Amino acid sequence: MSAKTLYDKLWDAHLVREEEDGTALIYIDRQLLHEVTSPQAFEGLRLAGRKPWRTDTNLATPDHNVPTTDLTGGVASIKDPVSRIQVETLGMNAREFGITEFAMGDIRQGIVHVVGPEEGATLPGMTVVCGDSHTATHGALGALAHGIGTSEVEHVLATQCLIQKKMKNMLIRVDGQLQKGVTPKDVVLAIIGKIGTAGGNGHAIEFGGQVFRDMSIEGRLTVCNMAIEAGARVGLVAVDEKTVEYVQGRPYAPKGDEWDMAVTAWMDLKSDDGAHFDKVVELDGSKIEPQVSWGTSPEMVSDVNGIVPDPARESDAVKAAGIQRALDYMGLQANTPIKNIPAEFVFIGSCTNSRIEDFRAAAQVLKGRKIADSVELALAVPGSGLVKQQAEAEGLDKIFMDAGFEWRNPGCSMCLAMNADKLPAGKHCASTSNRNFEGRQGAGGRTHLVSPEMAAAAAVAGHFVDVRDYL
Amino acid sequence: MDKIVKMTALVAPMDRANVDTDAIIPKQFLKSIKRTGFGPNLFDEWRYEDVGQPDSDNSNRPLRKDFVLNQPRYQGAKILLARENFGCGSSREHAPWALKDYGFDVVIAPSFADIFFNNCFKNGIMPLVLEESVVDSLFQEVFAQEGYQLTVDLETQQIVTPSGKVIPFEIDAFRRHCLLNGLDDIALTLAHQEDIKAYEAKRKLEAPWLFTHA
Ligand code: SF4
Repeated sequence: MSAKTLYDKLWDAHLVREEEDGTALIYIDRQLLHEVTSPQAFEGLRLAGRKPWRTDTNLATPDHNVPTTDLTGGVASIKDPVSRIQVETLGMNAREFGITEFAMGDIRQGIVHVVGPEEGATLPGMTVVCGDSHTATHGALGALAHGIGTSEVEHVLATQCLIQKKMKNMLIRVDGQLQKGVTPKDVVLAIIGKIGTAGGNGHAIEFGGQVFRDMSIEGRLTVCNMAIEAGARVGLVAVDEKTVEYVQGRPYAPKGDEWDMAVTAWMDLKSDDGAHFDKVVELDGSKIEPQVSWGTSPEMVSDVNGIVPDPARESDAVKAAGIQRALDYMGLQANTPIKNIPAEFVFIGSCTNSRIEDFRAAAQVLKGRKIADSVELALAVPGSGLVKQQAEAEGLDKIFMDAGFEWRNPGCSMCLAMNADKLPAGKHCASTSNRNFEGRQGAGGRTHLVSPEMAAAAAVAGHFVDVRDYL
Repeated sequence: MDKIVKMTALVAPMDRANVDTDAIIPKQFLKSIKRTGFGPNLFDEWRYEDVGQPDSDNSNRPLRKDFVLNQPRYQGAKILLARENFGCGSSREHAPWALKDYGFDVVIAPSFADIFFNNCFKNGIMPLVLEESVVDSLFQEVFAQEGYQLTVDLETQQIVTPSGKVIPFEIDAFRRHCLLNGLDDIALTLAHQEDIKAYEAKRKLEAPWLFTHA
C-alpha cells in the first residue's frame, strides 16, 4: 500500500461513496451548531418534512450573539430583539429535534470551537463540521474538520454526510525552536504573511515540523483555527501523546475498553513517511518574530519591529492599490514604524485565543502593571464558561481587573461585534481574533491581529510594543 | 431550486481583489432567521453613506453615488464580474443569499474562495472561473461599453460577448447537472441511504466509540 498523508487517511476512513468525477459522500461524526448559521437549516428540514439522521452527533451552543456583560436574565438579557430571536430559535430547534444544547447560563456554554475540544466532543480521527469557517480549529486534534454553509448544515442534519471533493495535500513545515515571546499566533500569522490569504485554496494543510510537535494542544488549536485565513478549509496536526493526554477524561471522550481501542487507532493518525504532498512550504521557526497586522487582510502582517509598507514600492498595480486602500481605511501612513501605531482598544478573546493558556500568558505580562491611560477599553472575554471558571480559580481575573481590563462572560464578543461589544469607527484595536477585515469589529474599526501576550503589552504601553521587552 | 440553463444579461464590474464576505453582507444583517430579503443590504457599507441596521428603511438611505452598483448604467445587472479570491472570509451562506436576492445569477472571477464557491452552487448562483487575462479584457469591455451584456450557456459551457467572441468555461460535471436540473442535494444523497447504512454498520465495528459516546 502506498504511503498516505494524514488527510488521505481521514478521508479514506470516512468515504461512503465516490462518483466517477470524484464527487464523494463523506460520513460526518460530529456537527456543532450555533445560532447564526443553523435557523435556515432547521427551517429547511421542517419544510421538507425531514428528520435528523442521527441526533446524538449534534451539539449546539449559542455564541455569536450572547452578551458578555450581565447574564442573570438568561436569553431575556439580550437587548437587541433580532439577536434574541436567533438565540431563542436555536433553543427551540434543539428541543424540537432532540439535540443537546449548552444554553446561556450553562457553565459549558461558549464559542463552539472552544467548547468542542474542551468537552471531548471533537476527537482525533473524527470528521467534524460546523456552519462556521473556523471549524478548521478542530484539526489540531487530528480530526478532519470542515467549515460549511447553511445548506450543508441542513444536508448533514438530514443525511449525516457531506458532499465533498477531495482536496490537495499541502504541508507547512516549521522547524527550529521559537524564540521566547513568540507564540503559536505569531507562527500562523507569519505563515499567512508568507503564503497569502489564498495560499491554501483547494488544499488541506498539515502543519508539521519541530515547532508544532513542541507546541501544546491549545497552541495547535490557535494555528489550525487560522488555516482558513490562509485559504484552506482544513488544517491538521498529527496525533501524538500530547493529543491523547489532552483528550483523556473529557466528558464526551471514550471510556474503558473503547478508550484503549480508540487510542490504538489514533496513534496511526499521522502522515506516513514518504507520503506525497502537492505543495510544501517551509519556514524557519527560530526566525519568526512577534507579528502585528497593519492592514485589512490577515496576510497584511509585519514583524513588530518592522514598518507599514509603502505602495510606491509595490510593482504589481492591483497589489499596490490594495495596500493603499488598506492604509486609507486604517488611517496609516506608509513607512510608519509598527510600534508607533496606537492601541486605543484591546480585545483578548475569540476562538483563536480565548483558552486558559491564552489568559495565563497575557496575565504574565499584566501582572503588577496597569493599562495606559490612553486605552479606552480593554476586554478579556473567555472562550467558554469553563475557561472562565478555571481562570478565576487561578486568580487570573484579578490580574486582568487590577490592570484595568474588563473581565467578561464567554462568547464571540468583539471578534465580530454581533453582540453589543463593538469597536468604534476610527479606533485602533490590538485584537487576538483572526480577521482584520474592514468593519469586522465594528463599522470603521481598525483591527490589528496579535497574540494575547502582544495585546497585553500593547494595553500597558498604549501602542504596539515588542512583548519581549515586557517578559 | 430554480434551474439555470442559458441567460443573457447585463454585467456589473466589481474591480477589487479579495472581496470578502463581510463586505458582501455586513454582520448586522446576519441576525435574520430567513434566507431571503438580504438583497437591499448587499455590499451595504460600500453602497450607502450611513451605517445600515436590520430595521432600516433602505429606500430612504443616502447612496454613495460612485459605488458601481449605484450607477444607472448597471441597474438590472445579473452577472457580476469580479477579481481574484472573491468571497473570501466566512462560510456564512448569507453572502450568496444576498447576491442572489439582489439579482445576480452568475459571478465571473479569476478565482474564488473555496467555501463561497461551494455555497454559490447550493443557492443557484453560477461561479465561473476564467483566466486572469480573459477577466481583464472583460473588465475593459464592460467599462468601455454601456449596456454590456454577456450570454452564459451552461449547456454548451460557453460565454458569448456582444461582439460574438466565444469564451469556453470549465465546470464540475456534477454541479452542472444539479444546476441544469434544479436538483436538491439532500434528495440526491438520500437516494444512497443504503450506502450510508452499510458504512455505519462497518464503522461501528472499527470505531464503536463514535456511536456510543457521541
Ligand atoms: S470567535 Fe469570531 S471567528 Fe470565532 S466563531 Fe466567533 S465570530 Fe467566528
